[in-house]
Amino acid sequence: MTDISAGGMATPISAKPKNSLMEQNPLVRRRNAAETRFKAYGIAAIAFSLLTLGVVLFTILSDGVSAFFQAKLNFPLELTAETLDPKGNRLREEMTSVTTIGYSKVLVAAFSKELAAKGILVEGQAQKEIDTIISKEAAGSLRAMVLANPELVGTTIDASVLATGRIDGYVKGRVTMETAERDANVTPEQLQLADKLREAGILTSPFNWAFITSPDASDQRPEAAGLGVAIIGSAYMMLLVLVFTVPVGVAASIYLEEFAPKNTWTDIVEVNISNLAAVPSIVFGILALALFINFAGLPNSSTIVGALALSLMTLPTIIIATRASIKAVPPSIRDAALGIGASKMQTVFHHVLPLAMPGILTGTILGLASALGETAPLLLIGMVAFVDNYPSAPVEGFLDPATALPVQVFGWAQRADPAFIERSSGAIIILLIFLVLMNVMAIMLRRRFERRW
Amino acid sequence: MNDMRIAERTVDTQSNKISARNVQVHYGTSHAIKDLNVDILDKTVTAFIGPSGCGKSTFLRCLNRMNDTIPVCRVSGEIKLEGEDIYDKRVDPVQLRAKVGMVFQKPNPFPKSIYDNVAYGPKIHGLTRSKAELDEIVETSLRKAAIWNEVKDRLNAPGTGLSGGQQQRLCIARAIATSPEVLLMDEPCSALDPIATAQVEELISELRSQFSVVIVTHSMQQAARVSQKTAFFHLGNLVEYGDTAQIFTNPKDPRTESYISGRIG
Repeated sequence: MTDISAGGMATPISAKPKNSLMEQNPLVRRRNAAETRFKAYGIAAIAFSLLTLGVVLFTILSDGVSAFFQAKLNFPLELTAETLDPKGNRLREEMTSVTTIGYSKVLVAAFSKELAAKGILVEGQAQKEIDTIISKEAAGSLRAMVLANPELVGTTIDASVLATGRIDGYVKGRVTMETAERDANVTPEQLQLADKLREAGILTSPFNWAFITSPDASDQRPEAAGLGVAIIGSAYMMLLVLVFTVPVGVAASIYLEEFAPKNTWTDIVEVNISNLAAVPSIVFGILALALFINFAGLPNSSTIVGALALSLMTLPTIIIATRASIKAVPPSIRDAALGIGASKMQTVFHHVLPLAMPGILTGTILGLASALGETAPLLLIGMVAFVDNYPSAPVEGFLDPATALPVQVFGWAQRADPAFIERSSGAIIILLIFLVLMNVMAIMLRRRFERRW
Repeated sequence: MNDMRIAERTVDTQSNKISARNVQVHYGTSHAIKDLNVDILDKTVTAFIGPSGCGKSTFLRCLNRMNDTIPVCRVSGEIKLEGEDIYDKRVDPVQLRAKVGMVFQKPNPFPKSIYDNVAYGPKIHGLTRSKAELDEIVETSLRKAAIWNEVKDRLNAPGTGLSGGQQQRLCIARAIATSPEVLLMDEPCSALDPIATAQVEELISELRSQFSVVIVTHSMQQAARVSQKTAFFHLGNLVEYGDTAQIFTNPKDPRTESYISGRIG
């Protein structure tokens, strides 16, 4: 019953088909044009996003990279025993009676001596102008160093002390001769001196580890301000947020997804979890202030309160991500486990959770990343305060006041001295590095745990 | 053309394994199974046939209480496994499912190694005391499922890496590893090619010596080939139940006859 035409009996082809495939009909042409237009819109949108990203990164990098370098004065420093340890017995208790003023004198004397030795002392330049090139911070840190190691008294060390913020600004091009004339904190003569110091190799601009390790500094000494406390505070909070949210979030998701009966109550719970994810973060700040500080009496500015506020904010995100990934596990796996007599809980923990793990991890890390960048709730619980002391080690350190990276960015951006703007951008770079690292970790964990079925 | 060849109708034993009386199943407001009575024999392959949506899979899932996982599903009536009501309040479905194993339509091995797939059931039911015992159970189960020779050298390879037919036989091995008394199969061959289907069918015939097998199938040829007893379902009713030969050659009910001859369905 087949209809195959034998060779040589080919059906004749009509000279011209009515609807030629060689030319597009108007409908097809319109459809193709619409498709081309749509693709062009897409490319334009992506190009715009990339451009915006590029501009943001360029602005931040061009403003912030200089924060990682700091003008320093290098000169031999004789720690004269007469000034620093008048009684000469190197006892720490007695040496504490010498204040930073004493150390300041030692620094100034050594610096002037070096200038004289190198022959760059300018005739007629006021001694005060020379002294104030050294940062106010330098005497304090020198004192701390000597008190930590009294044996240094009487020796000569190769000191590398901070120059003031204005000199640092001059090295980085922020301060010029013109601005210096109108500036009460620096004179053109000091800048000329700085030029000579650079030629002599006394003034250098090495990598600024102190920016990452040291605590914040007051308005008068931007050169000493660092992110140490903020990084520790952020790290503590991330650790606590992880500890608070993952068990609660995963348990809540598993219950809602696998065990909870489907009724009005669970519907209400579900809708409200989604709503919580959309609540402005500052509301969680007010809640944390009322609940954890005023009611529970936890110390304000402490990382534990910050972490609790961020946990409240992150939980809905984690619950939503976890539920989505539990839902994505094929039901055939549940059937398989139940079919051979696994209990509900064995099914969930042996089969569903391992398969949902990559999604849960990714959701958790992205939730943490958004918590890391969150500022508003932390402002309300007092983490915007000026914190000069490192929090102590966990666990009691969780109760110590600290600040956080985004809050530090906010705090520095508010300060008057332009040197803090540079540091603010530098802090953003650090924050972005952490965020990128967390995202990379999320991707790597996803790859590591992903299983095909 | 021996598609319609019918398996030997030697029913070894006439002892009842499962007896269902007045079973009603409701999904919310729809009445999926209406007043069903059936006796399933031990060491026999029983086939459930019927058009889509006739309730045969639903009834199959009642037999090991897999319907419990569907919140809107209500089962009433009485289903007895060896005289014990499986819907009694004292019955834990988990224990029941160890006795009544199930193989699903789509092969669904766990994304674990072949060994772990089979060993999982015995492990959670505490059937073994040592690794050696477990190894033995895994080997015998895989042998019974006629897949041992194909996988013995790669027991640690993922079960999901096998071909469709091998996966389904692995699932059968997994189901029989807990030494069930009844094996339920919900269209076990519908996702398989003809060669794999033939392998699984051959396996079903062998399994009959140890288990009572209940198989839901859309293929009448398959029912004829593998089963000794056949039940025909239509619109939630059990229309006819009897020896396979009788159902296919001499159906009593006109609906059965029209379905078998391809007029309804």
